[in-house]
Amino acid sequence: MDLITPGIGLVFWTAVTFLILLFILRKFAWKPILGAVSDREEGIKDALASAEKARLEMQNLQADNERILKEARVERETMLKEAREIKAKMIADAKEEAQAQASKMIEQAQTAIESEKKSAMAELKNHVAGLSVEIAEKVVRDELSNKDKQLKLVETMLGEATLN
Amino acid sequence: MTLSTFKSVLFSVLFLAISTTGFALENKESGEDEKFDPKEMILHHVKDAHGFHLWGEGHDAVSIPLPVILWTDNGLTTFMSSAFHHDDSGKEIVSANGGKFVKVHEKIYQLNDDATAVTFDEEHHPTNAVKPLNFSITRNVLMLFVSALLLIVLFVSAARSYAKSKDGVPTGLAGFLEPLVVFVRDEIARPMIGEHKYKKYMPYLLTIFFFIWINNIFGLIPILNGANLSGNIAFTATLAIFTFIITTLSGNANYWKHIFWMPGVPVPMKIFLMPIEIIGMFVKPISLMIRLFANITAGHVIILALMSLIFVFKTVAIAPVSVGFSLFITVIEIIVTAIQAYIFTILSALYFGMATEEAHH
Repeated sequence: MDLITPGIGLVFWTAVTFLILLFILRKFAWKPILGAVSDREEGIKDALASAEKARLEMQNLQADNERILKEARVERETMLKEAREIKAKMIADAKEEAQAQASKMIEQAQTAIESEKKSAMAELKNHVAGLSVEIAEKVVRDELSNKDKQLKLVETMLGEATLN
Repeated sequence: MTLSTFKSVLFSVLFLAISTTGFALENKESGEDEKFDPKEMILHHVKDAHGFHLWGEGHDAVSIPLPVILWTDNGLTTFMSSAFHHDDSGKEIVSANGGKFVKVHEKIYQLNDDATAVTFDEEHHPTNAVKPLNFSITRNVLMLFVSALLLIVLFVSAARSYAKSKDGVPTGLAGFLEPLVVFVRDEIARPMIGEHKYKKYMPYLLTIFFFIWINNIFGLIPILNGANLSGNIAFTATLAIFTFIITTLSGNANYWKHIFWMPGVPVPMKIFLMPIEIIGMFVKPISLMIRLFANITAGHVIILALMSLIFVFKTVAIAPVSVGFSLFITVIEIIVTAIQAYIFTILSALYFGMATEEAHH
């Protein structure tokens, strides 16, 4: 029965000791310890949040970089394509021009040849006419005695001349 | 680091427990040829005492005397427990402050003025003496002071180490104690009381947790000669009363409504539930009181009973069995020290949580 009868002395001392202990520990132990723990937890939480923020920023940056790179690549492609086109056009143009120039030159040459030919022909004709007159003079001088012979000769010579 | 510290603490406690239980018993029983009474021996060890009995019997006994403080009709009366000269049967009469005092079964009686010797009835209760209010520093009270001092030294020095380390990282002792404090906060207070209100109860919960735990551990160290403070009903009752007072004072309208006029049930049921809930209010702290007292006392009784086997059978051959089983029980008791402290604390937290819970119907 003693075992389950609380002794008043122990109740008294327990209450007093416990209250003093509670007071002292609350002021000098629990407050600083819990404060330090929660401060650290706040710090960790902040650090994690800022790390997450940095990660997101990094991700954005990376995405930006990628986008810029992509754009640059597209731009390069277009530039290359344009350059190729320009090159092809230039070559084509040059070819065309050269063609035109060549055909023009040929034409000019042909015209020149033609005119030269014509002038040469005219000169030749003049010369032939001169020659013919000379010949006719000589023939006339020779053949004036013989009227028939004269006429026949003239006729023959003229016929020969037109053949040229 | 922390784990290894914990392990070494555990093992040193264990070692002390094993190495001294047998020692204390052996010395206690030597020299006397009277019949060994295990019940008396166990109760003697489990109960409180005036003085730290070390070894020897009767007048040859060696013990540390403790102050006896009594409140009698003549006022405060104090003397050292050594004045009884190790007498526990009421034969040695100490006169102090105009009163005559005897000690019977570790209880101090004041003899009636006309009596010269104490007389007993059939149940061995003194008939011509009264019990004065006894505020003596018994061995339990001494252990109470020692444990409180130890807790203050441990935790205040741990708290100081935070101020020293600039980045708030726990070092040394704080590194060992902080996980325990965080455990009480995160596993007991937060889930039981709730995020918004738990802070107010933290000092109380932490204090009872460590106070009960350290006294449970002290109770397991036999060199302290069974200072069974947390297995004493006065100690558990006082702490349970504190929990009851805090629960009652922090009870909000919702809490009282649940006790006196249970919402959500028909009126006859409300009337039926009211007395049950009112009884429940008191049963909660009573269960706290009995649970801690019974668990700790039972553990001590088992260990002492196993040790008594040696003296009951009067042979050393049984010693390996006794020691083996005692070791087994002691290891379990080491776990129980923490579990009972945890249960007392978590149930207190649960009651606070119930008292402060907001209506959500």
